[in-house]
Amino acid sequence: MVNLYDGRLAVNLCGVEWATPVTTGSGTFGFGLEFKDFLDLHKVGAITVKGTSLLPNPGNKGQRAVETPAGMLNSIGLENPGSEYFLQNTLPLLQQYDTPVIVNIYGHSVEEYAAVAKKLDVDGVDMVEINISCPNVKEGGLVFGTDPVAAAQVVRAVKEATSKPVITKLSPNVTDIVGMALAVEDAGTDAISMINTLVGTKIDIETQKPVLGNVVGGLSGPCIRPVAVRMVYQVAQRVHVPIIGMGGIMNWQDAIEFILAGASGVAVGTANFVQPDIAERIAEGMLAYMDRKGIKNISEIVGAAWKD
Amino acid sequence: MKKSIVQAKVYKVQQLNATVRSMEVIAPELAAEGVPGQFVNVRAVKGNTTLLRRPLGIADVCVPRGSIILIYRVIGEGTKVLADLKPGDYLDIVGPLGRGFELESAKPLIVGGGLGLAPLLMLAKFGFGNGRADLVIGGRCAEEITCWEGLFRGNVQQTFITSDDGSVGEKGTVMAALEKLLQKDYDCVYTCGPVPMMRAVAAACEKAGKKCQVSLEKYMACGLGACLSCACENAEGKRVKVCQDGPVFWSWEVKEW
Repeated sequence: MVNLYDGRLAVNLCGVEWATPVTTGSGTFGFGLEFKDFLDLHKVGAITVKGTSLLPNPGNKGQRAVETPAGMLNSIGLENPGSEYFLQNTLPLLQQYDTPVIVNIYGHSVEEYAAVAKKLDVDGVDMVEINISCPNVKEGGLVFGTDPVAAAQVVRAVKEATSKPVITKLSPNVTDIVGMALAVEDAGTDAISMINTLVGTKIDIETQKPVLGNVVGGLSGPCIRPVAVRMVYQVAQRVHVPIIGMGGIMNWQDAIEFILAGASGVAVGTANFVQPDIAERIAEGMLAYMDRKGIKNISEIVGAAWKD
Repeated sequence: MKKSIVQAKVYKVQQLNATVRSMEVIAPELAAEGVPGQFVNVRAVKGNTTLLRRPLGIADVCVPRGSIILIYRVIGEGTKVLADLKPGDYLDIVGPLGRGFELESAKPLIVGGGLGLAPLLMLAKFGFGNGRADLVIGGRCAEEITCWEGLFRGNVQQTFITSDDGSVGEKGTVMAALEKLLQKDYDCVYTCGPVPMMRAVAAACEKAGKKCQVSLEKYMACGLGACLSCACENAEGKRVKVCQDGPVFWSWEVKEW
């Protein structure tokens, strides 16, 4: 499928060919198949599936999502059917498509991260994305995402456990995003994806209580985009590994903005909920933009906002 | 059935009572594919301030016109945007979504309250052929109930009405009418409305040995089974998604109302 769109949108990320620079944010595209009525999954650069843990996880109780101005908060709590279910039931269905599959993984300890990475080191899984930045689980998740030493430990353990290229997903809930990026690069990550959600809370003024059962949730949607673009812009100038940029991308214009900031690939997240064919539409919009600007391959403009 | 994204032209809008409106939109794909109990997700947004789609049960379809009818209450920003749409405007709709009602019933009884009556209208009209079901409508007062009585007229056999204030029908909740009705030979009860009502209906059905289907509402972001906002545990301890495995469930399946 690299010849899709004459290869003009094709990107090579850590040795994996994506037909377009557009993937899907973990947790926003299910296992991909939920969207097959709306778009051609072959025209998605890569499918990033829901965060997967070694064992099944029922997630959080109570209300799990709420709309906020230009965004939404979610506290799903990484509900997923577990790695065994994924291997038996989901992966075979995804293998009908040539589209690369990225599995987002998480654990409650360094050892568990390594164990799930090892278990998923199989044919059909093309890349692994380490979730060290989910704000919705008590252990693991964000603990690793806000401490450069802990983050580096997870990255090293996962790198040892898998033969697949490893992407590390960074949390924006830190003071020094560049420091985090350098720490995971130094630990051997093959790519960085950024940003995960920002931590937030909404209170219902009638009940006078938090809306989400978990009190805090992850803020996503267009309201976080300027934060995400800024972080990609800063990190891209300091690291050598490729960046997959995300955070409130709603259309092709937003996607281009991330690429100009220094992202080699982009992920659409919350927008999948609103416009289920958006991943394909963004690719088409990019192509029209490239025609207008005389750009032969999308990689020409990665980081153009800061490059001389 | 295949899901699609449709730019549906508004055909007709109507004020049904003080806060409830109906909107008929031309959407042949949805009219052809939708079954009673399914819903659609409408993009009632201006700019990106309100972001998510709003789920609405399909209240009726007109196959010759290729249209579906949505009934909604104007409560927040999203529904205000909907209310501003005029004939000729377009509405972005994703659907049809979810699992509808199981229609195997020789003698169905429909029990609804509030906006829960919307999907039940399509059920009454198309679910059993010739409007075979009987109907119980519950509401606060005559002003709220009258329009529904009109919508169901000709689509059901007998209608029983209860109102909280006694201004129309029997005074009380739907339970006031249901106790006696459940002694009759209905073989399945279909209910949609406020959770306390559905719970009471389900409990009464269980006691009377009647099958009961309920249509649940839970906060959802995508309606497609991807975001897991509406995922919950069923009575068998299995994870289910209201948007995909429901919104209609057998009452015995439901654990988290």
